[in-house]
Amino acid sequence: MAVRKPPITTREYWAPGHAACAGCGCATALKLATKAFSEAMEEKFGDPNAFAIAQATGCMEVVSAVFPYTAWRAPWVHVAFENAAAAASGVEAAWKKLGRKGKILAIGGDGGTADIGLQALSGMLERRHNVVYLMYDNEAYMNTGIQRSSSTPYGAWTTTSPPGKYSIGEDKPKKWVALIAAAHQIPYVATASIGNPFDFVKKMKKAAKVDGPAFVQVHCTCPTGWKSPLEKGVEIARLAIETGVWPLFEIENGDFFNIKIQPPGGGAKVKREGGKIVAIEFKKPIEEYLKLQGRFKHLFKRPEAIDEMREQIKAMWKVLGVEVTLPKPEE
Amino acid sequence: MPIRTVMKANEAAAWAAKLAKPKVIAAFPITPSTLVPEKISEFVANGELDAEFIKVESEHSAISACVGASAAGVRTFTATASQGLALMHEVLFIAAGMRLPIVVAVGNRSLSAPINIWNDWQDSISERDTGWLQFYAENNQEALDLILIAFKVAENEKVLLPAMVGFDAFILTHTVEPVEIPDQEVVDEFLGEYEPKHAYLDPERPITQGTLAFPAHYMEARYTVWEANENAKKVIDEVFEEFEKKFGRKYRKVEEYRTEDAEIVFVTMGSLAGTVKEYVDHLREQGIKAGAAKLTVYRPFPIEEVRELAKKAKVIALLEKNVTFSVGGALFQDFSRALINEKEKPIILDFILGLGGRDVTFQNLDEVLEISRKALNGEKVDEVNWIGLRKEIL
Repeated sequence: MAVRKPPITTREYWAPGHAACAGCGCATALKLATKAFSEAMEEKFGDPNAFAIAQATGCMEVVSAVFPYTAWRAPWVHVAFENAAAAASGVEAAWKKLGRKGKILAIGGDGGTADIGLQALSGMLERRHNVVYLMYDNEAYMNTGIQRSSSTPYGAWTTTSPPGKYSIGEDKPKKWVALIAAAHQIPYVATASIGNPFDFVKKMKKAAKVDGPAFVQVHCTCPTGWKSPLEKGVEIARLAIETGVWPLFEIENGDFFNIKIQPPGGGAKVKREGGKIVAIEFKKPIEEYLKLQGRFKHLFKRPEAIDEMREQIKAMWKVLGVEVTLPKPEE
Repeated sequence: MPIRTVMKANEAAAWAAKLAKPKVIAAFPITPSTLVPEKISEFVANGELDAEFIKVESEHSAISACVGASAAGVRTFTATASQGLALMHEVLFIAAGMRLPIVVAVGNRSLSAPINIWNDWQDSISERDTGWLQFYAENNQEALDLILIAFKVAENEKVLLPAMVGFDAFILTHTVEPVEIPDQEVVDEFLGEYEPKHAYLDPERPITQGTLAFPAHYMEARYTVWEANENAKKVIDEVFEEFEKKFGRKYRKVEEYRTEDAEIVFVTMGSLAGTVKEYVDHLREQGIKAGAAKLTVYRPFPIEEVRELAKKAKVIALLEKNVTFSVGGALFQDFSRALINEKEKPIILDFILGLGGRDVTFQNLDEVLEISRKALNGEKVDEVNWIGLRKEIL
């Protein structure tokens, strides 16, 4: 009987036994990312283990490296919150001098990347270190108990953006770090989601094989911070793609005129011109994504805030060169 | 053959780095130590130093990259000063806690505000509790030598701590002095190739570095940094001895000068030691029983040597280019700790001077002497004295 090859390596670098919350979407992201990395290293250097990880302080760091235990089956170092990219620069430089083949993976959450670590990230990208920076974006400081970051989406409840008489929750649009990274004209930038794991793995492999720096921003769910059902992480992440909230794209060499947009699925109608996606008519309203999460619950009493959110999403897609139509739910 | 030449302390530091052959150097320019990375980048550009030179976007990233590189298992070096060292502050603790033998050259400079680029020791003194070893150079030769010594001590397996070597802004960093550049082969013999014992990022032997420790383990981790500092005391003596054998220059944690039969001993660090020795000569000519002592090593604090020194003096006058508010200077605290339970101890007086590059003159030292003599004669004097303060502009 023929044995089917598993879709991704069975090697585990993010080992079972880590202390992440039940249903953690970011744990899934790291598991897939390291597997993808390993496959890329095997294909590129003939050695699946030819990588090291430098990780920022954050929930995925504290749950994976509690002395005297570790969940890491790869060489791994944590320095501080804001300097994963700088530490990775040092590791990469050392590997270069040691003549070690392989690639460095830097990992940071949205706080450690979009906020406090942005400068170190910019420096690392600008200097063209041979590092893949993976930003796991669960859209708030989950490690310290759900405070807003600059990557928190408009309207979301967090402990520092509470909705109230004078507040709709988070009142600033999300910062799109992938676009900032792309402005460094580095070889490869992509957004990904645990809602489309095959696509994520494909992009991580591509990023790992590129010579020079790459940046991948993966949307991953946090049932604790999003107040969402434990078992619905992947479904929620997929809904973010299908409703237009989370765009999937790739930018190579900072070429903003050739952003590769991926069709979102979920029945969306895609209009292409010369092979490029120029317009998307989404079928599923963003409310389908919002309603599964307690962090947006208050918005349903404030429909004007959801309309504002739609406008911001349209504006964000416009930057990507795509006109989108976002439906309202049927009355 | 060693080369005898003239150079600035910044160049001497860069030469020391070149001789030590670090594999990774990450640096961000800051006055007054800018010439260190400039010179190193020349060495790298000319192929005289086979290293990765990372031109980072901040001192925070400089030290972070050094931590990454050191954790990956290579010898690393950087240079900084003042605000730059302060920006590194957080990571300095991490480097010590992770027991990474990084060496940093510090062009000792004051801290803002007001912004001031000239010499005092507030920058590195403020980092005294990070766990780093601290050496202070009196002249450019010492800047070079102490960097080599710092690598050797830092990398000793009983120590494995990062080390900083301070040399005074402008007084040394920008002043040309005679310096002997040792032979590369002798330095190679002295330092050897760095072989990481506990810190490496090798896929063949994956390890996790920089973990989280719960209360059950954190205190023990801190204790090992304490213990390593204690171990460093003996290791430094051994390395000084080996250095003397190989290079002919003698170092002591506390270097004494004309202390035999001295009643008043002036104690200081860095380039001020040179001035003070000359001042002591000047006093001796007048028949005044004065001596001097210089702390070459500030961390680990040489408690035993300080106790020995104290036995020889009736008054110890500490000359400090730093302030610990409401207390005096850092040395005042350290000397108090060393001597508080001694049966017989000298009077300890603290003198704060030379902040932000203000010259320390013989007239200033006369003031120190006058206060010290009053104390010696049993008169009541202030324990902490600001010398050379322009009271008329206050």
